[in-house]
Amino acid sequence: MEAIRIENLSKYYGKARGIEQISLSVAEGEFFGFIGPNGAGKSTTIRTLLGLIRPTGGHAAVLGFDIEKEKEKILARTGYLPSEAMFHSGMRVRDVLKFSADLRKKDCRDVAAGLCERLQLDTGRKVDELSFGNRKKVAIVCALQHEPQLLILDEPTSGLDPLMQKAFFEILRERNKQGVTVFLSSHILSEIQRNCTRAAIIRAGRIIVCDSVEALSQTNARRVNIHGSAALEGLAGIRDRKEAEGVVSFLYNGEMKALLQVLAAGDVVDLSVSEPDLEEIFMHFYEK
Amino acid sequence: MTLIKHELRQGKLSLIIWTGSIGALLAICICLFPEMKGQMEGVSDVFASMGSFTEAFGMDRLNFGTLIGFYAIECGNVLGLGGAFFASLCAVGMLSKEEKDRTGEFLLTHPVSRRRIVTEKLLAVFVQIVIMNLIIYVLSTGCIAAVGEEIPWKELNLFHLSYFLLQIELAGICFGVSAFMRKGSAGAGLGIAAMMYFLNLVANITEAAEFLKYITPFGYCEGADIVADGCLDGRLVAFGLTLGAAGIAAAYLKYCRKDIAV
Repeated sequence: MEAIRIENLSKYYGKARGIEQISLSVAEGEFFGFIGPNGAGKSTTIRTLLGLIRPTGGHAAVLGFDIEKEKEKILARTGYLPSEAMFHSGMRVRDVLKFSADLRKKDCRDVAAGLCERLQLDTGRKVDELSFGNRKKVAIVCALQHEPQLLILDEPTSGLDPLMQKAFFEILRERNKQGVTVFLSSHILSEIQRNCTRAAIIRAGRIIVCDSVEALSQTNARRVNIHGSAALEGLAGIRDRKEAEGVVSFLYNGEMKALLQVLAAGDVVDLSVSEPDLEEIFMHFYEK
Repeated sequence: MTLIKHELRQGKLSLIIWTGSIGALLAICICLFPEMKGQMEGVSDVFASMGSFTEAFGMDRLNFGTLIGFYAIECGNVLGLGGAFFASLCAVGMLSKEEKDRTGEFLLTHPVSRRRIVTEKLLAVFVQIVIMNLIIYVLSTGCIAAVGEEIPWKELNLFHLSYFLLQIELAGICFGVSAFMRKGSAGAGLGIAAMMYFLNLVANITEAAEFLKYITPFGYCEGADIVADGCLDGRLVAFGLTLGAAGIAAAYLKYCRKDIAV
């Protein structure tokens, strides 16, 4: 069965575009990445799947249930981590966790206690006093404590320090091994590359590409900056070349060996090879 | 039930403050009565001859020198306005606050249907109104007994019943408004309550504006009419409660289909 199936889903806010004709399918047990810049429609897609907003057109099913007619069944089996978690003021962390569990009519105390320990979350604190990162941790526990079949995570690592990010992804991988489907929305490419098996890229409300992360990475170019000079002219796979004050910068997606040979033969003072930022990768997909 | 309990906990402080304030004002008014009673002979005439002002508050038909007349005017205004503000504020924020405080995303991604959320929130509003009215009722009767006056049970019960119905009606209307709002709902709630109050004053002053009594719930809370008739005006009450029910129906229709903003 497919964990998520989206067919020609559209959402307009009045005349403003949210998402247009999105089609996507995520298999059960997959660790799926959903990449796109701010405002591309990632959150709109997720919020439509969860029934927070109603689609303008198209259909979607989550865990085999229709998003409009069987919303409660979906929500009972799904854990959702919003990008910016807000809780009712005046409550303590433990009250929020209990409230969330009560709304699900489940006793989640054991799982919650384990998660709080791993994420170093103090359950006695008031949610109003929590930092953004700590609020995120509360939201993580709320999303995970009822042991859902599907996890939908909207920019989950924003606000978390690197150690917490690591602990969080460890938990996600454990859950994934147990068969839980993870749908991870992010604008951080490396996060998707490290964790996901498949990914879709969304831009301006449309899915540009959906493929295995491996295949997507292969097409990923590198941003190369050279201080000095080298005979780049004969090299295949160079795009977006810029030169300024003795620094040559270009996107390269040819063979690494060929590049190294050319550089070794040239007069290179300094060199940096980095992952191109997301925008450049989108440009890459646009040009294709 | 989970959500009702949650809302009652969230609204606890506001309920305590409003009940405490209205209760204290009422108690003070009642405790002042014995002292004022003696001086009332002359004052009643003054109050009864202030023209439109007199009519606006029904003082032309009520005797300020009797407990029931005094209670209907003084306490009626305190409980009437205070209760109306509390009920309106409580109801008008009930649905909209989830979007204003951006907690809607958290609440609505739990497996609870929108219909159920509306129902439990509505019940939470009513429970708070009932609690407030019970406390005020007990406090009022207690105070009247404490100052040594005979309790006019029938009129007193009718007053309190009418103000309870008024609060329920306003709460119903404001609850409907709440479903449509995202921000600034408190202003709308206070505005509705205040507007209804003033509509009744206008209706009292001008005969041409009598029809306004059908619109404002303060119309069936008029102490002078209740004392004179010995009952509430069933037509006005039915009309008012229909308005409240329409508000509630609107809340269900809107909120069950509403796009929840982040």
